[in-house]
This record gives sequence, C-alpha cells and structure tokens, in this order.
Amino acid sequence: MELFLLSIVNGLIQGGFFALFAVGLVLIFGVMGVVNFAHGELVMVGAFTIWLLHAQYGLSYIPAIMVAIVLVTVIGLLMERFLFRPTRADPLAGLICSIGVLFILQVVATLIGGDGPSKQVPPPYQGTLVLFEFLRIPYQRVFSLIISVSALGSLWFFLTRSKFGWALRAVAQDREAAALQGINTNRISIIAIGVGAALAGLAGGLVAPLTNINPHMGHNVIITAFIVTIVGGVGSLSGAVLAAVLYAMFHTFMTVYFGGTVATICGLILMVVVLIVKPTGLMGVRISE
Amino acid sequence: MNNTSTLTVQNVVIGVILLAALLAVPHFLKLYHQDLLIYLTINVLAVCSYRLVTLTGEWSLIHAVMMGVGAYTASLLFIHFGLDMWFTLPLAGGVAALVAALLCFPLLRMTQFYFLIGSFAAGEAIRLTWIEFVGVFGGTGGLTGVEPPIFWGIDFIDPIPYYYLSLAIVSFSLFILYRIENSRVGLTLHAIHWKAALAESVGVDAWRYRALAFIVGSFFVGVAGALKVHYLGSVSPNQASIGFMVFILIWVIVGGYNKFYGPIIGVVVLTVFDESIRSFEVMRPAIYGIVLILSILFLPLGLESIPGKIKSWFGVGPAPQDPPLTDQ
Repeated sequence: MELFLLSIVNGLIQGGFFALFAVGLVLIFGVMGVVNFAHGELVMVGAFTIWLLHAQYGLSYIPAIMVAIVLVTVIGLLMERFLFRPTRADPLAGLICSIGVLFILQVVATLIGGDGPSKQVPPPYQGTLVLFEFLRIPYQRVFSLIISVSALGSLWFFLTRSKFGWALRAVAQDREAAALQGINTNRISIIAIGVGAALAGLAGGLVAPLTNINPHMGHNVIITAFIVTIVGGVGSLSGAVLAAVLYAMFHTFMTVYFGGTVATICGLILMVVVLIVKPTGLMGVRISE
Repeated sequence: MNNTSTLTVQNVVIGVILLAALLAVPHFLKLYHQDLLIYLTINVLAVCSYRLVTLTGEWSLIHAVMMGVGAYTASLLFIHFGLDMWFTLPLAGGVAALVAALLCFPLLRMTQFYFLIGSFAAGEAIRLTWIEFVGVFGGTGGLTGVEPPIFWGIDFIDPIPYYYLSLAIVSFSLFILYRIENSRVGLTLHAIHWKAALAESVGVDAWRYRALAFIVGSFFVGVAGALKVHYLGSVSPNQASIGFMVFILIWVIVGGYNKFYGPIIGVVVLTVFDESIRSFEVMRPAIYGIVLILSILFLPLGLESIPGKIKSWFGVGPAPQDPPLTDQ
C-alpha cells in the first residue's frame, strides 16, 4: 500500500517532468511541422548547465536554472532561424537537420564534461516532506512538481488568454489561413520554438539533481516524448499533458514491478497500438485530407 | 531510368574498369583497412535496400533493427544448430522479411510522420527485447562466437577472401534490387510516391506495393546483417541502435536518393571521409553533424547531383531541379 501510494506520487512528479518536454515537442511540431529530434539533447544541455554552474562553479540552483533556460532557448532560436526556416518546405529536411544538431550538442557536452562516468548533482533542497507519516517525498521532488505544474499553468494561460497565444494556435491549425489574417508566421514560429526550448531547458534543470547526467541522456527523453506525443494525440497540448501523466504512472508502476526495460518495451507497444486503434490519440482531432 | 538496355561499349568499358578496381583494391590496403572495406561493402547493401523501402516516399527508422534481426538469426542458427553461412544467409534474410511482413499490418496503416515514429517505436521495442531476454539474446553484450565459413579449402576468416565473397553476394543483391527498381513493380513504387491518388485510381493497391518494398528491402538488409556477423563474429543490440539508423539515413541523403547509385556514393565517400577524420576522436560525430546540415541546406539532392550542377553552370544540360524530400 505504501509502495503503491509512493508510486502514484512519483508518477505524478515524473509526469510533470515528461509533460514539460513533450509539450515543447508538440508546440514545435504543431506550429512548424518539424519533428525536433534534438529535443532530448536540449533537455541534456539544460541538465549539463546545472551540473557545470551549480555543482562545479557553485552558482546557486535557481540562477543556474535561469541560465539553463536562456541558453537552451538561444539554441532553439538559432535552430529555427538557420535550419528550420530554410527547410520549411520539406519536413523531413528539418528532421535530418535536427539530427545533425543532436550530434553536435552531444559532442559539445562530451568536450565540456569529459567522457567519464555520469555526473551527479547533489540535491539543493535537502530533507523530506512527510505526509500522513508513511508518505515520504524529498523536497527536491516537491519543488520539481510545483515548478512544472506552474510552468504548464502559465503556458496554458499564455495560449488561451494572450494575443500571441491565440495567434500561435491559429498558425498550428492552418498556417496559410493564419498568414492571410495578417499573422506574422515567422514571429509565431520563433515564439513556438522559444517556448518549447525554454521548457526543455527548464525540464533539464529540474531533472538534473534527480538523475544521472551524461551526453546521451537525451535518447530516453526523446523516446518518452514520442510516446507521450503519439498517445496524447499529435498536435494536442492538453492531450500531451494528460498522456504524460498517464504514461508516467504506467512507467513508474511497470518499473516497480517488472523493471525499466520491460516498462519501456510496453510503452512502445502501447504507442504502436494507439497508432493503429486510435491514430488521433487521446485528445487529437482528425484532420481530413 | 526506363532505359534498361544499357549494354553499350562505353558502359562495358566502365564496368570492366570498375570490376578490376574493386578486385584489386584490398591488395593495396593494410589489414585494418581491409576490415573496413568489408564493412563498407556490406553497408552498401544496407543503404541500397533502404532505398527500395524509401521509393514509395516513406522513410522508415527500423532498417538498422532489421539488419540486427538478420544478424541475430544467423548467430542463433550458427551457435545452436551449427549451420554455416550458406544456410544462415538466406534464412537470416527470410526471418527479417517475415518480421517485416508481420510489422506491415500495424506500420503500413500509417504514412509520413506517423510511419517514421511508428517504425522507430517498433524497432526500439525489438531492440529492447534483445536486451531484456538475456538467456536467448545475450542481453547488452549480445551473442559472440560466430565464425566465417571454410569452403573449397579457403578459410574465409582472412579478409581478402571474405571481401571477395561479400563483394559477390552484395553485387548479386544489388543486381536484383536494380532489376526490381526498373521493373514494372519499381515503376509502380515511383508512381505511388509521386502520384499516389492517381496510381490508386487506376487500380494500384498501394498497400501491397508498399508492403512488398518493405519486405524485400528487409530481406536484403537481413542478408547484410548475417554477412556482417559472420565476419565480425558477434552481434549486440548496440549495433542496431538509432545511431546506426541515423548513419544509414545520412549516407542515403548525402549521397542522393533520387538515383540508384546515389546512396552508394554517399556511403563510400562518407566512410572514406570518416576514416580521414579519425584523429579527431570525440569530435567526429559533430563533424558528421555539420556535414549533414550543410548537405541538407546546400545540396539537397546529394552528391550525385554535383555533375549535373557543374554541367548546368557551364550551360550544358538542364538545370537540376530540387524536389522536396517528401511530397506533401
């Protein structure tokens, strides 16, 4: 029972983290039509920044997260301007370019951090929150949950209440029609990738004290992001968030009872099943040809 | 492309020179480079079979895993039943084709982005199965102890005989792939890519042709996998990772996927290039990444389009057109 409750709480925390980068991937795909294969590496860069600035140079945690967000956002903006915009006519070209970026970011991380064992960041928030005497959650995880929920909340607010948010959703629905209404689609693309990359940087910053950091950690991130995106319905942000939480629960429980590899295999099979049975995912909308 | 009767004097001369060069080249190389030459030959089959899959305009991310399926099949048959290469090679291709045939039912319901992601997921699930079931597949370490054949008193553990053997098998496979592409089937595949609705309106069953391309492509890459494992001696899940899949993609795209020989140029040029930057060690993937990005931005039709571009600069021949990688 205690293990069960703890798994639910851990699943929720994990879900918040999954949602942060999956939502970014969905935003970029929705607005620009590009599958950003380097999205996992953006998370990796975020985590590496925390390791470098916080664990190595002693900058405190919050400013280090700020720097990580800014750095990753800048990388995202450069990708938009120099790779995705020139290849917009051709979605596959954008994807291939992002694979190139993936290689480059991995090498940069290896050059900075060395090729040695995985790095660890000591949790900046020590101590454990004790709920009902048996539910013990480290403050670090509580912090991670609060930040990811508030980030997703402000994203939702931005998308549904602000003018840019409306414009962004309009471009995601129909780029041409949005352009005809006088929306500057280039500017919207920049906003989309900026927000997506910033969330990835934040996700990296939040996960850094909770995981092993190495240049190849993006691989698992991108697999998770794909599963979440497909299960939630491609192009649906609320679907991605819902799928992130559900998949995190699923993955946490499978890991507890069957081990991590089986959990990922089942996740991938689940994704293929969703693609067959309900290609629009949980919340996706059918687009007629 | 329709012109299959290419037995002109010029082509025969080029063919003879090429064959002589291919036969002579291992004698000028060091042992290490001879190994590399064998893997290069096998990778040529991997990229050409991948091109057959992509002819319908669908880019899969499962090809490297199919090569792994071939390699694992050959290893298991060799280790448990002592079958030598003459039997494991076709059986490996057969099992890869069978797996592909089963995967057709879920995967080919999807197109474009969904097919890409779906094939990636299916491949990753197969690969993780190899890691998980240690008893059968040896886990992360994979299977070892696979040996090359001994035949006619020739021990194929030596690089030069094995190179000639793989050259013969790969050339024969390429011949078949070439004939398929230039047959009625191949033209239908092109038609499905560029004019899907029109092709279906005249009674072409697109699903069956896509399945055929996927299965045949997987068969040949399974053979390539078996050919590799019999020389390398071992197979591991890492060999079939998304990393190797990305390399196949890069070779095909940098070489140019519009012509049959484009991917071959890509894999040969990039392997030589990769070898020449060996001293950069950890920097190599980044250099690869930069080459990939530059070629997508400035040479979207690949290396094979360079002669045409040079011709058009000098005003001879038509300007090459840049069609997108996928049609909308």
